[in-house]
Amino acid sequence: MNALVALASGLLFGVGLALSGMTQPQKVLNFLDVTGTWDPSLALVMGGALAVSAVGHQLARSRRAPLLAPQFPQPATAGIDRSLVLGSSLFGVGWGLVGLCPGPALANLAQPATSTLVFVVSMGVGMALFRLGSRAGAMPGPGAAIATVGMIASLGVLLR
Amino acid sequence: MTEFTPIESLTGGLLIGVAAALLLLVNGRVAGISGIAGGVLGAVRGDRLWRVLFLLGLPLGAALVSMGFEGTGVPRAPTPLLVAGGLLVGYGTQLGSGCTSGHGVCGMARGSKRSIVATTIFMATAALTVFAVRHGLGGAS
Repeated sequence: MNALVALASGLLFGVGLALSGMTQPQKVLNFLDVTGTWDPSLALVMGGALAVSAVGHQLARSRRAPLLAPQFPQPATAGIDRSLVLGSSLFGVGWGLVGLCPGPALANLAQPATSTLVFVVSMGVGMALFRLGSRAGAMPGPGAAIATVGMIASLGVLLR
Repeated sequence: MTEFTPIESLTGGLLIGVAAALLLLVNGRVAGISGIAGGVLGAVRGDRLWRVLFLLGLPLGAALVSMGFEGTGVPRAPTPLLVAGGLLVGYGTQLGSGCTSGHGVCGMARGSKRSIVATTIFMATAALTVFAVRHGLGGAS
């Protein structure tokens, strides 16, 4: 049952992403391009999603447990640390380079295209690299390495 | 140029919110894509099926919309940028414990300071990157 609810939620999420325009990299890049061809549409996606999600959290607060699970997720105990800041910074750079964040990238697999596949596979490799790095106990090291690789690749294209 | 699409974008956003609320209230899970995907890679038995099904739902949902009108998109960046961007998004979201959905939609909705900081940072570095690519270094796209 939990699995079916997860599928339903994923479906709804995918419909929402596709309807909202989050799945179109050019639209995302234009949203981020405040000083250029700014398209404010995606502010409404974030705003709308945030509003409904906040109602969900209020409802959760007034209940002891979810309908089909023993407990609600526990918030992270970590504060604002180096990992959060470095990780979010790197994510933003990647998002800005291509115009895809994880959800829309996966949703776009509905339309087979080489460039989408290349991005999704690279994203999976990035996730796996983190898992390997954190298992080896070398957390910030790979981060710096990936940032360097990313910057070099980007410069290679930009200065070609 | 892309067209301003307030109705579609707001409706899509509301649906994303409903999806997140559903997963939280019924399954007690946070609808953060990078967190759900990261958990598929990390091997915890019995915790994988729901993740795979949720992630499978994303392209299926997008495909439903695409039957009506253009719902999906294709990135236009050259291959090295796609690889670099993918690596950065994959690694960064795991290191930073979340992406646009986990921090931006779910975390901020419960007023998490970590999520507010994370969202501010990735919006800022993303906007700076777009600025650098489009207006700074040669102006590619």
